[in-house]
Amino acid sequence: MSNGFTPVHAGGALASDAPAPATLKNVPNRGGAVNPSAAALKEHVGDAVKRVDVVCGETTVVVDRARVHDAIQWLHDDPAQRYDYLSDVTAVEFRDDERPIEVVWHLRSLPYRRFIRVKVLLERGSTLEVPTVWDIYRAANWLERECYDMFGIRFAGHPDLRRILMWEQYREGYPLRKDFPLRGRFSRSEQLRQALAANPEARYSMEELSIADAYEDLPTEMKRRLKAGEKTGE
Amino acid sequence: MASIKRTVEVSLSTSGLDAEGRPQRVPLVTDESGSPVPLEAPPALEPELSGDHMLINIGPQHPATHGVLRLVLELDGETVVRCIPHVGYLHCGFEKIGEYRQYNQIIPWTDREDYLNSPGNNVAFALGAERLFGIEITERCKVLRVMACELSRIISHLVWLGTTCIDIGAFTPFLWAFQERENVYELLENWIGARLTTTLTRVGGMGADIPDGWLDKLTAFTKHFPKTIDEIDRVVTRNGIWVGRCVGLGVMSPEEAVNYGLSGPMLRASGVAYDVRKDFPYLDYETYDFDVPVGTNGDVYDRYLIRMEELRQSTRILEQTIKRLPDGPVNIDDHRVILPPKSKATSDMESMIHHFKQVMEGPRPPAGEAYVVVESPKGEKGYYMVSDGSSKPVRWRIRPPSFVNLSAIPKMVEGHLLSDVIAINASIDIVMGEIDR
Repeated sequence: MSNGFTPVHAGGALASDAPAPATLKNVPNRGGAVNPSAAALKEHVGDAVKRVDVVCGETTVVVDRARVHDAIQWLHDDPAQRYDYLSDVTAVEFRDDERPIEVVWHLRSLPYRRFIRVKVLLERGSTLEVPTVWDIYRAANWLERECYDMFGIRFAGHPDLRRILMWEQYREGYPLRKDFPLRGRFSRSEQLRQALAANPEARYSMEELSIADAYEDLPTEMKRRLKAGEKTGE
Repeated sequence: MASIKRTVEVSLSTSGLDAEGRPQRVPLVTDESGSPVPLEAPPALEPELSGDHMLINIGPQHPATHGVLRLVLELDGETVVRCIPHVGYLHCGFEKIGEYRQYNQIIPWTDREDYLNSPGNNVAFALGAERLFGIEITERCKVLRVMACELSRIISHLVWLGTTCIDIGAFTPFLWAFQERENVYELLENWIGARLTTTLTRVGGMGADIPDGWLDKLTAFTKHFPKTIDEIDRVVTRNGIWVGRCVGLGVMSPEEAVNYGLSGPMLRASGVAYDVRKDFPYLDYETYDFDVPVGTNGDVYDRYLIRMEELRQSTRILEQTIKRLPDGPVNIDDHRVILPPKSKATSDMESMIHHFKQVMEGPRPPAGEAYVVVESPKGEKGYYMVSDGSSKPVRWRIRPPSFVNLSAIPKMVEGHLLSDVIAINASIDIVMGEIDR
């Protein structure tokens, strides 16, 4: 092209020995070909890799909570792996309330056309906190916020961890947790009452109010909280 | 009176790709010798204009936000200093509801998230569930699903094209695009009976086979549709206002685009040749002959060019599906998963039992998890399903491409003018139903 730009990744040309991509057929429920990155990761981070599963043709690596950031960083940086694309961050809570909550990262290596799933198991009773990967992938920004919003899992180090789909004053809890009833915690009449009683000014977060023209007109209480660095409006 | 000589250009070569498979860029302005004058980004605002910053709120009820998106902008004069997006006004808890529904009952919900791509979502969900169940679908079903995916890509891109033209100030292409969209909706209506919320697939097959004579209608569509694209192309692509409002805006470099998790035309406009249909193929997409357009500059204009080219490529795929559509059954031959014909349910004991078991209990996949992504018109659309062996998923997660694409909007608009925010926001091709779910 005119400016001499070459695509970052042009049809997997980097991996010359890799077979041409093809539609997966007859994928077994358990077992099958393991993504070679799993073994390489195990070699690198050692016993931080607790388990490697292949489910429905997809390789899952269960990593220790404390080392998950290292593992993902290595997968991203290592020239033989190059997992440069964060597809998704989410969590799974099972109906069995003994089973740990899982935080799931779906990573993709565009140059090598690989897919790997990294998991952390959060035991019941432990704090729901994992390190953020926002410093590695900017894509994690909203995905982690959503995971926090829906499950209450905190991503330590995230620069702006606040609710995203629910409003900032939402106090009913975390909607995708299994102990959250499908219809919400409060009755319909109570939900309606709360919606009508909401302060429209609170639709702006503290951060936004700090840049508003009306900053001088804000109540002293709000200004004090703004100065203290509070980010969420209420 | 002096006569003014006007020249009308008759041969426009805007339909093709260049040798490297990227959409051709046609020079808009030429100097006296006929060589192209490069288009440049608008100059940055004079620093003297800076003053008190102003807070402006666009949305959630604003036609240019394409739904209920709210952007809080901090402005310095007319330049955006900071952009704080707010989403969630359309949140309906699809994922939560999915945990209380059987797999086939979730398919109608997939219509309603990215409602411009309903058939594509249905296909994606069915593919995910089938991987969980361990089902191989029939050959005819695969080709029909490719048709559904490409038709919905055409619908989605046409709506994008029309609404973006309106946003940027061109009205006529909107009417042309929506006229064609109407034709696609007529095809879908003939096929499944619904236009917008199609619920086209079932786990293990399709809701209906195509009716007699439908392929002729599709053939007629693929014949005349490229002409409409050429018309829109002729009016828009080299239009001075259009180019002036699109070129150099919202630029994402390839490294940034990958790091921000952009996908679909947003990612390819930045020069990253990643298309799920080519790199992680499904539905035998590797056997179809089509090109993936890749841009160079990563701006709004490149995103437009790529979507225009994808419309042509989708037509190309549709032509191939018409040629290769095999005879044979659409649904798999396993009535534990897919319902037997209704006519048999009242005459055949076994069919009736299958009907009863499936409607009351639902088919049960083995415990496991599957993350299936498809190339939706917006980008990489993923469905993550976790099963514990019961007939309802433990977790059903939608990976919404517009959600991740939109999360890069502060990065794209900061430093641009307020009016450019509208163009950049339009170029992301967001559907709030998918973002908020």
